[in-house]
Amino acid sequence: MAEGLLLRLRADGPIPLDLSLDVAPGEVLALVGPSGAGKSTALRCVAGLHRPTHGMVRCAGETWLDTASGLVLAPYRRSAGLVFQDYALFPHMTALGNVMAATGHMPRTQREARAREWLARVHLAGLEGRRPEELSGGQQQRVAVARSLARDPAVLLLDEPFSAVDRATRRRLQAELAGLRRSLAIPVVMVTHDLEEALALADRICVMHRGSGLQLGTTAEVLARPATAEVARLLDLRNLFRGRIEAQDGASGRVVLRWGSRRLEAASGRCFRPGMEVDWLVPGGAVVLHRRERPSQGQRENPVQARVMDLVPMGEEARVTLDVDDPDGGSLAFSLPLHHARRNGLAPGAECGVSLLAAAIHLMPRPV
Amino acid sequence: MDWAAFRLSVELGLWTLALLLPASVWLGRFLAIRSFRGRGFIEAAVALPLVLPPTVVGFYLLLAFGTGSPLGRAWEAVAERGLAFSFEGLLLASVLVNLPFAVQPIQNGFAAVPQRLREAGAMSGMTPWTVFRRVELPLAWPGIATAAVLTFAHTLGEFGVVLMVGGSIPGETRTAAIAIYDRVQAFDDRGASLMSAVLLGVSVLALGLTNTLSRRVGRRRNG
Repeated sequence: MAEGLLLRLRADGPIPLDLSLDVAPGEVLALVGPSGAGKSTALRCVAGLHRPTHGMVRCAGETWLDTASGLVLAPYRRSAGLVFQDYALFPHMTALGNVMAATGHMPRTQREARAREWLARVHLAGLEGRRPEELSGGQQQRVAVARSLARDPAVLLLDEPFSAVDRATRRRLQAELAGLRRSLAIPVVMVTHDLEEALALADRICVMHRGSGLQLGTTAEVLARPATAEVARLLDLRNLFRGRIEAQDGASGRVVLRWGSRRLEAASGRCFRPGMEVDWLVPGGAVVLHRRERPSQGQRENPVQARVMDLVPMGEEARVTLDVDDPDGGSLAFSLPLHHARRNGLAPGAECGVSLLAAAIHLMPRPV
Repeated sequence: MDWAAFRLSVELGLWTLALLLPASVWLGRFLAIRSFRGRGFIEAAVALPLVLPPTVVGFYLLLAFGTGSPLGRAWEAVAERGLAFSFEGLLLASVLVNLPFAVQPIQNGFAAVPQRLREAGAMSGMTPWTVFRRVELPLAWPGIATAAVLTFAHTLGEFGVVLMVGGSIPGETRTAAIAIYDRVQAFDDRGASLMSAVLLGVSVLALGLTNTLSRRVGRRRNG
């Protein structure tokens, strides 16, 4: 992957880092994790604003950092566009001036035209003469994006780019950025603590905690198959429980799982020893409500009797939380159409039955 | 009316600015953006002339200018005359005494420029020198303008140190402030009041000019 971004970081302190990433041109990778996870620091290492103890940064076939050979390229010599969390626009320059400030690599006569072009691409034509203080938060963010791209960077870095605007603006800016990225043939790395944002924009996500990359994969993959319970918790995934392996059929991979007083069936491609403690989760979409009046075949798959703790109508959907008698006090959450919930008499305190689809149950070995 | 004294004061003020401002921009910026051991010591040393009595500063400077000190001997070897009671000695004293008036506002000016903007400049492909010229300097400008006015006005008004290291040699070290003192000693109230009024006018003019200037630069549209 000579044309993309290669990032290897390791540092013990004061900001610990242990991260290895490769991002292809045109790909968007999101670094996800709680505040203080080292996401921004990783981004600043690419930009050259932070120097890790050990590390290697290569981009577009050029080495920007190689601590082993002592090579450190100054930030301004790295062809990286960075959108800061607070945008960091130059307050004494107009929108046009801000974007032109990043066109120093072009012949003098072409700079203004290029800057105007970028402002038009982020829908700011007509506002070139405004100062940052005369622009709304969303408009400032657009100027910052235009400025970061105006230098024709080899990588685009976004540090929590939508955290400072309101929800409606955020949606619109995300849609615009999603459109913009399709025309960019460079790797994009974005930092966010908002999983929805990562889902909306990223091809792959890297879950970070305390400076380490815990799991790297496509968003669908990481959400359905988190590597550990820690990753699941960091992603705020619901329906995470503990259990013990009772048996596994070597041929089919079918697993019998002990969960409190219950026995569940699950499928796994991995090998588990009987007696092994595991974390497991089932996505809300794989929790199927038993119909009251018409029992069906599906009810035989991991049936669980439960009591409704809470039912929150959210538009046409209802979010249901069930008390499933989990030994660790966990609850089972899922959503279903509101009319479906009404027809089956779901209300706080009501008894009901659900099935947990065996194929969707995801087992994770517990770290020793 | 002692026009020669006025000319000398203005010359001294301009020379002081010419020597002190570039140095203060460097030192003020350095103190504003770097944190290192001993920064507090340097800041205290810069502020010393604010709290020391001018006569004390003047006394030590006289010692340093004399042939008993390496500086005095070196100067005499090069210039073939003494540093004390000369315009050059006065200028050196003026630069040192004005250090806090120049460095502190400039340091505050640069400290008010967020580190993020320096980083944003670098990420826009600007060299450190371009960032300094196009981002830091325009934003720290009010501090620099304030430093220039304070230094100039303070040089015009400095009395104690000038009297100690310069004496009152017409055309060489007799500045306007000293000339006013001489007029009063000679019971020439009319001369003293005339010169005081001119000094007052120059001070007010300088303040007003810099105020307008820094406001205009702040408003300047940057295409």
